[in-house]
Amino acid sequence: MDAGVIGKDVHRVEGLDKVTGRVEFVDNIELPGMLHGMMLRSNVPHGRIVHIDTSRARQLPGVHAVLTGDDLLAMPIDPFTGPAFKDQAPLAIGKVRYVGDPLAAVAAVDRDTAEAALDLIDVEIEELPAVFDVNAAMEPGAPLICERLVPARTFADLIELLGGDDVPATSNACFQYKLRRGNVEEGLRQSDRVFAHTFSNPPSQHADLEYHCSIAQWGATDRLQVWSATQSPSYVRIMLANMFHLPESRVRVVVSYLGGGFGSKLYTKLEPLAAILARSTGRPVKVRLTRKEEFFTITKHGLTAHLTTGVSRDGRILARDSQIRWDTGAYADIGPRVTHKSGYTSAGPYDIPNVRIDSFSVFTNKPPAGAFRGFGIMQVCWAYESQMDIIAKEMGWDPVEFRLNNVLREGDTQATGSIVHSLGLAESIQAVADAIGWEKTAPIPYQAVQPANGPLRKARGKGIACSMKAVITPSISAATVLMHSDGSVSVLSSAVEMGQGSDTLLSQIAAEELGVRMDDISITHPDTDVTPYDLITAGSRTTFHMGNAVRLAAADVRSQLWPTAAEMLNADAVDLTASNGRVWARSAPDRSLTFGQLIMSRFGARAGTITGHGLFETHHGETDMQTGQSDNVTAHWMCGATSAEVEVDVETGHVHILNLVTAVDVGKAINPFACRQQISGASLQGTGPALYEEMVFDAGQLTNPSFVDYKIPSLLDLPDNMEPLIVEDPHPDGPHGAKGIGEAGIFAIAPAIANAVADAVGARIPDLPITPEKVLNAIEEAERHGNRR
Amino acid sequence: MTAHVRFRVNGESHEVDVPEQRLLIDTIRYEVGLTGTKLGCGVGVCGACTVLLDGKMVSTCIMLTAHAEGADILTIEGLAKDGELAPIQKGFLKYGGFQCGICTPGQILAAHALLEYNPHPTEDEIKDWMMGNLCRCTGYYKIIESIEKTAAGEV
Repeated sequence: MDAGVIGKDVHRVEGLDKVTGRVEFVDNIELPGMLHGMMLRSNVPHGRIVHIDTSRARQLPGVHAVLTGDDLLAMPIDPFTGPAFKDQAPLAIGKVRYVGDPLAAVAAVDRDTAEAALDLIDVEIEELPAVFDVNAAMEPGAPLICERLVPARTFADLIELLGGDDVPATSNACFQYKLRRGNVEEGLRQSDRVFAHTFSNPPSQHADLEYHCSIAQWGATDRLQVWSATQSPSYVRIMLANMFHLPESRVRVVVSYLGGGFGSKLYTKLEPLAAILARSTGRPVKVRLTRKEEFFTITKHGLTAHLTTGVSRDGRILARDSQIRWDTGAYADIGPRVTHKSGYTSAGPYDIPNVRIDSFSVFTNKPPAGAFRGFGIMQVCWAYESQMDIIAKEMGWDPVEFRLNNVLREGDTQATGSIVHSLGLAESIQAVADAIGWEKTAPIPYQAVQPANGPLRKARGKGIACSMKAVITPSISAATVLMHSDGSVSVLSSAVEMGQGSDTLLSQIAAEELGVRMDDISITHPDTDVTPYDLITAGSRTTFHMGNAVRLAAADVRSQLWPTAAEMLNADAVDLTASNGRVWARSAPDRSLTFGQLIMSRFGARAGTITGHGLFETHHGETDMQTGQSDNVTAHWMCGATSAEVEVDVETGHVHILNLVTAVDVGKAINPFACRQQISGASLQGTGPALYEEMVFDAGQLTNPSFVDYKIPSLLDLPDNMEPLIVEDPHPDGPHGAKGIGEAGIFAIAPAIANAVADAVGARIPDLPITPEKVLNAIEEAERHGNRR
Repeated sequence: MTAHVRFRVNGESHEVDVPEQRLLIDTIRYEVGLTGTKLGCGVGVCGACTVLLDGKMVSTCIMLTAHAEGADILTIEGLAKDGELAPIQKGFLKYGGFQCGICTPGQILAAHALLEYNPHPTEDEIKDWMMGNLCRCTGYYKIIESIEKTAAGEV
């Protein structure tokens, strides 16, 4: 294709609808006769449901249905869903497992009535011993939270989950990822120095500003239609078909735009309950959460990681042992995949000959944890990149040089045994180091900011961190491209536009492949009746996978039209090319046709549709479950690096970010403007969990479920300077060389900031977030040990 | 108890009978039918539900409909005039001050109010004014740039 739209700063195709407030979100949809569903939630963390009396609620005028878990059991449905294990019903069955677990649901004419009805439900629960900490949960004799594990078997990458069909659980660990490479004991013995540290981060929130919201409506012939704010329409359809014993063809899931997702809107969330309430009442039902309920629905995993690392005097990492425990809360959700996928790189993006990783997904009596931007990489990166700096400091090495000495490069063998290709990590590290003015001296001198008179109040420091991730493999994306009789084009894709810019990117790819204008392309949003299967819109998948599927589908359209074009232009098909909506032969550029003329000629009238199909699949190699070794764990690697400069107020402990630079290897920037938007957005989002975001629990009760008490970054929290950098190490299988980009910008934010804080004041905070209180305590601690800089 | 409330939205007169406790956001979205105004936090701290009421920014998620009696309300739908975007909308569009679009109506109305009050704000003035409008996608830089460029007439 000739000079087109790839690599250009193309504006968002849906921009006009967004700046005028016209863009459609699910909660905008109101259907005739629609009821509103709301839930009553448990106020105890663990307990047996003795009795739920709904009789008073049922009598309230305007109430159409009141359901409990027992009612679900009496229905001809399979009430259990879950992407890893079928362990969660829309309403608790038998027992509640966390404060916030839905116990009963009401469908009523409006939300006021539904809320009033919830107050009339009487609940009797016999409390059970509860456990909130992953280590306590793994002790023998800990209260068992989930008694049976039934693998869901809906995702190929999770097919190897524990055991057989239905395993009685013996522990709260629902999944273990194991990796063995070389001999860790031997490697540690041969090391000149061995370092052992424990790091942790707490559960936190996605805080996408749009609430979860689903609407369900049943048709006369047992057809279910659902409108939902979901990142995984194809999966939702499969789950609803399973639940109601319907063919998938009778379940239609429609997604408009999402007001952010970041992993919170994956798998089934409110769709099953909306569908059940709609079926029970014979009316359309909308279920929408409140902000408080968002905190009870899905969280980012807390993690505890104990790392033991051996290094040689010449700056090489010889061995690393990573013992990791993930707090997956009361239901597994996608916890096992988070454990599994982040497991590959839990020892860091380094070439280490001896690696042992044991990573456990552990139930606790807390809200379920699921996917969050990065699928666990943020959390493991927090641990290994914090330790990298501790080691560098102890050994007197420059942190940048230490990383560059060990980082994985083209052709290296990663800990899983898979070969590394197209990983621009060393380049990314160098780029962020250069951008922040990193000096090749160790330790780096900090700049004391001293008031004209008075004692030292503020100290400055710099820090760096980096990370890598394997894209989810195997996976499937399919797309359909329709060219209409006037030459305009519809791209039918189940990729969800949630703010990341996928509509624009897929339009660019289709326009480029066909040689039409951007304005000729329309994106048809997910509608499982017409848009083909896509695994999920998550995990930085869309550019690489759906981009390829759309490219293939567009190429299919072109190949169907080229014989007609060759005939009309009296040219050889291989000589044909197109751009700006016109087709011509390279050897005779002065004669061209529009696509409309081509179709007119093909069908003999202004009629007909050319339908192109694109299917893109990735595959992985066999994995040895005892060692985690495989010749191919992933279709591609993604990576990013961050450098930070901070100013620490040594009297208040407040950390202010002066400079935050993040580089991401995007393979090829199909839309550089959109790439920088993704990197900037991820960077600032990463500062929240680094400095203050934390779900605070007291005996299982969440104490801060609102934006008043749970703070996310505002305009006043911006770094003085923030810079997104694009690194391009093209991937041969990516569309135009592109790789995923949505997550890598957030991976290394927290450790880069922590490393800068340590550089500034000698204080190391091992447990996120880096609150002023922890900084002050760490400064005191450092002073006691004479480490204060 | 029902409240009878009269107000104008984007220049159009409305009279509604709503329960006394009905929040203004629900009236705007579901009685008036203008869904550009978004619910974000429900406690008045995120700014997604911002409208201009007699020219002043208010959080409609914590304001009773009854308190809007006699008010002149501007929502995102009323900002463009005769099919022509307001300068601040052009600014957000051109400089990419949005991603998912859920906070965007509130951001744009707050920025519009800022520029009415202070046509040439400094970066710090923009941050102070806009701090009550949260965004989880953009990292805010493009929002600041959109406002600065609009103020400079570069839209």
